[in-house]
Amino acid sequence: MTPLTRRPWQTVALCLGFAFFYAPIAWIILFSFSGDLASSGEGWLSLHWYRALFDNQELQQAAYRSLMLALLSSPIATVLGSLAGIALARTERFPGKLLLIALLAIPIFAPEILIGFSFLMLFAAAQATTGWPQEKGLLTLVISHATLGSSIVAAVVFARVAGRDRSLEDAARDLGARPLRVLMTITVPLAAPGILSGWLLALTLSFDDVITSSFLAGPENTTLPMAIFSGLHVGLDPQINAIGTLMLAGIAAVVAVSFVAAPRARTP
Amino acid sequence: MNRQTLTWLDRLSVGIPFAWLLVFLGLPLLCVTALAFHSIADSIPPVEPLLRVSDGHIVLHASFRAFRLVLTDPLYRHAFLSALLNAALTTAGCVLIGFPFALAIARAPGRRRNLYLFLAILPFWTAFLLRAYAWMGLIRDSGPVESLLLWLGILHEPIPVLYSPAAVLLVMIYSYLPFFVLPMYAVLEKLPAELLAAAADLGARPGYVFRTVTLPLSLPGVISGGILVFVPAVGEYVIPDLVGNSRTVMIGGILWDEFFENRDWPLAAAIAVLTFAILMLPALLMRRWLSRTAMVAA
Repeated sequence: MTPLTRRPWQTVALCLGFAFFYAPIAWIILFSFSGDLASSGEGWLSLHWYRALFDNQELQQAAYRSLMLALLSSPIATVLGSLAGIALARTERFPGKLLLIALLAIPIFAPEILIGFSFLMLFAAAQATTGWPQEKGLLTLVISHATLGSSIVAAVVFARVAGRDRSLEDAARDLGARPLRVLMTITVPLAAPGILSGWLLALTLSFDDVITSSFLAGPENTTLPMAIFSGLHVGLDPQINAIGTLMLAGIAAVVAVSFVAAPRARTP
Repeated sequence: MNRQTLTWLDRLSVGIPFAWLLVFLGLPLLCVTALAFHSIADSIPPVEPLLRVSDGHIVLHASFRAFRLVLTDPLYRHAFLSALLNAALTTAGCVLIGFPFALAIARAPGRRRNLYLFLAILPFWTAFLLRAYAWMGLIRDSGPVESLLLWLGILHEPIPVLYSPAAVLLVMIYSYLPFFVLPMYAVLEKLPAELLAAAADLGARPGYVFRTVTLPLSLPGVISGGILVFVPAVGEYVIPDLVGNSRTVMIGGILWDEFFENRDWPLAAAIAVLTFAILMLPALLMRRWLSRTAMVAA
């Protein structure tokens, strides 16, 4: 097949594309191992910034807070999003389907600054009328991140479920299985890869979020991205590269584990 | 297909996320819209209540100050326009870089395709701010990118890039590229190879095949990827703030400043409502894009 043979432009496009994608990553890793070149004159290949990071209580606390936030909000997002995604894909019509789709589409399309601001206005109005929530903090952060994440999860789960044949579910129903049993033994397991990748996306989204968090965190609850963002304004030292390299290592580990575990999961 | 009857489970699985989204996504939008009609006050929160009871009557205390200001002051119009221009250029950049890249991945032999796709997504799992920070290092004065361009002879003398509109555009394109590449790839991958082979067999040159077969069939990917880049890019705040200068203040930055610096909540709300109206109405009307969006994440 002529059109599918490799052409020089393909190699060029791939090389340039990957160079563009990976240039900042290479920079982060490279400079995380640089010494404090300006002051101490330590040479290359030093763990200086990692030691500095290890001593930086503030950043560590922010990282811990971000992790907690991601771990608390992403499961809520996964449950809400999976229910919505399955309902949209499996239920032919229900009142307000269009409105639900529109609501789910908002966080995907709309600039985040609009959504973060809107969340805060809701909580401000709620506080003015009911006295709840008393202050911005972990609770408002979890609610907002869960809402943002649910939309992504719904999109992924919907994509996974929508194209699938329903004959298994129909058969189970014809054989007398109750709706809950059909859902739990057929629909959810079939949607599981979508639910899992949706959860991972919601987790990273939450861990990476700076704008919504800035609106909703309050003074006591600086998250890691917020700390990095304010650090970038005052001129942050290369500790940030050390954080980045550690995150990359973590992601690489997760990816490696999932690659090793995946084939086994298929054969129980 | 038979009309399904809704079981209690259907109602529950629709009802729970629906109720949550109405309260935490629909209601906030209403709050913002209402807030835009408040007048400012020196209190916490810094607005006058919209309804007040005086002499046993409920008095509506609405103000159009915020909307009037946003619509008449050239500062806001300029910020809107520069945000739209920047988003358009970002989208164009993503198409120019993302299309050949996605096509090259889609045309790669089967096994490699997944590897390439995986490698293309991997960098975007690292924190966004760290990548922006790395770009700040790469494009700073006498940084590696400038040295490379000088050495290659593309540049003849150093020009400052960091803290300029060009830097904003570069980092924007970099950050938004995956949102274009993924839907683009999803469409290009499904492009039937037989059509290309047939066109070639019938004597069409590669350029002609591209123009008459590949391009028209890949248009849906360009459009959905383009929307996924353009719409969020209009409201981008972080990137212009980090690598731009005072001339790259866009509507996102204005909203941020009105809220955090000036504490003018109604004005920030009016900006939000207008931005939302401009961006979302066309997007929401095209509901079939939701399923396209789904492909991005999948």
